[in-house]
Amino acid sequence: MAASGLRAMVGVKRVIDYAVKVRVKPDKTGVVTDGVKHSMNPFCEIAVEEAVRLKEKKLVSEVIAVSCGPQQCQETIRTALAMGADRGVHVEIPAKDYESLGPFQVSKILAALAKKEGVNLLLLGKQAIDDDCNQTGQMTAAFLDWPQGTFASQVTVDGDWLKVEREVDGGLETVRLKLPVVVTADLRLNEPRYATLPNIMKAKKKKIEVVKPSDLGVDLTSRVKTLNVEDPPQRSAGVKVETVDDLVVKLKESGRI
Amino acid sequence: METPNMTNPLRYEVLNLYKNLLYLGKEYPKGADYFRTRLKKAFLKNKGVTDPEEIKQLIARGEFVMKELEALYFLRKYRALKQRYYEDDNK
Repeated sequence: MAASGLRAMVGVKRVIDYAVKVRVKPDKTGVVTDGVKHSMNPFCEIAVEEAVRLKEKKLVSEVIAVSCGPQQCQETIRTALAMGADRGVHVEIPAKDYESLGPFQVSKILAALAKKEGVNLLLLGKQAIDDDCNQTGQMTAAFLDWPQGTFASQVTVDGDWLKVEREVDGGLETVRLKLPVVVTADLRLNEPRYATLPNIMKAKKKKIEVVKPSDLGVDLTSRVKTLNVEDPPQRSAGVKVETVDDLVVKLKESGRI
Repeated sequence: METPNMTNPLRYEVLNLYKNLLYLGKEYPKGADYFRTRLKKAFLKNKGVTDPEEIKQLIARGEFVMKELEALYFLRKYRALKQRYYEDDNK
């Protein structure tokens, strides 16, 4: 089968861990990231798992994990390598640019890298749990002019084609896409494996190449300005009632009945 | 005179198991410290075991706990994401 010539690249984003309570900075310019536990975006984990599974089925010959951001992103890449990716690419972004780095810039970087590495399958998480943009996959597909299978809940390789089952409102949609393809992973695509300590250690032997956005000819100028970051409205406390009568009174007061 | 502990071929395996469990414990919902004290206690409780068969059984139990922890972490994350992004699925 010709499909064994598939080469996959997976984008992984370093985000504040899902279990951490996010706090807004007092000056409302963003959220507190210093000293906060970070980990790989869960949707990116699903994308990595899918790439590794395709590799284990011998449908993909190489899996490259890419992350854009500061030095610490290499830990995230290391996690992807521990899960089974073959090598990593770290696109180093200076701290001042990283603050304004959005899906637009990242998708330009990913598109440039995908061309440079000659991959024909680009797997991404459908969105990151920090900014919830859900744009990177779509924009990268546009920059590359490749077909896209977003919100994938199942991916099957069929020769030069990829069959992607997509989670859409109220059901599933199946699309058949001609390679090269961009796929973004939804929650139910697979159950990502745990990056165990022995595997993390072994992953330290795998290579991570560091590149600069300028090496890829990508301009990081942002067109988005963050005006204000605020906490979501707080949920007001409930009230306890003693009897059914009290409950009825309270419900009437609040206009529910 | 050599101490039997230093030459036991299973010593390395037990140490590895401890290290791997300690690493997994970092993510434990009740905190790494909570996990570490209990982990240490569990290992110390069996420090006098010398029968190789029994040690192997205890290692197998430790490995089972590792699998359970991985499953717990996966489910916890999956549920959190489901609650955040797929709110009305179960209504």
